[in-house]
Amino acid sequence: MSLRSPLSQARGLGSAKEGVGHWWMQRMTAIALIPLSLWFVFSVARFPLLDYATMIAWIKSPLVAVALVLYFAAMFYHAALGVQVVIEDYVGNEGVKLVSIVLSKFALFAFGAAAVFAVLKIALGA
Amino acid sequence: MSVKPATSNRPLSPFMIGPYYRPQLTSMLSITHRLTGLALAFGTIFLAAWVTAAATGPDAFGTFSAIAGSIVGKILLFAYTWALTYHLCNGIRHLVWDTGRGFELKAAYTSGYTVVGASIVLTVLTWVAAFAL
Repeated sequence: MSLRSPLSQARGLGSAKEGVGHWWMQRMTAIALIPLSLWFVFSVARFPLLDYATMIAWIKSPLVAVALVLYFAAMFYHAALGVQVVIEDYVGNEGVKLVSIVLSKFALFAFGAAAVFAVLKIALGA
Repeated sequence: MSVKPATSNRPLSPFMIGPYYRPQLTSMLSITHRLTGLALAFGTIFLAAWVTAAATGPDAFGTFSAIAGSIVGKILLFAYTWALTYHLCNGIRHLVWDTGRGFELKAAYTSGYTVVGASIVLTVLTWVAAFAL
């Protein structure tokens, strides 16, 4: 039986184990992006995706739509994490740093939502 | 008497490169990883615009295609392709480093040159495929 108080024991356990959360998610999204971006670059090179009909037919394939949603989700998440680190490293002023990080997250998640919505709209549209 | 602390005159990263810090392949590839990452983050706006234009309709997509297919658009797309393949290859190099391997000076240089070569080959292959297929 330990004589340490509950608070002391909790402190001894360290943080809430989320300290590596940012680092870990950057690696998880990076690993996911290896096959996804290779597939994406190959697809864009393979099909004339600046042609409207080809593009719509391509996205209407369920496998393509799912892969695109995964690609965009991983990509925008990865970008938001990476841009945050760059801002933290190079912006000295705390206020500017905070505002920059918030704005970069809002912008990237907004563009990510728009991209995912566009894919779903085409894929689910008549 | 107030004397300005000497620390305030010290060069801040990344502005020490050049006058105070000799560039090497390893440090240049490191900063290039960051720069391509930032460029790709801005490039995500282009990808979002691409699918959003397609979801909006043929007219909006026609406008997007005209911009992307122009000479300036093609040059930016080519640069984007290299930024993506470089960040991809060097990202794999980083993931290997995360396992604790490849930190010896010789290994770091070998993987560095490999990343530069692979990114150029992948970029050229992509564009050859885009025009040939």
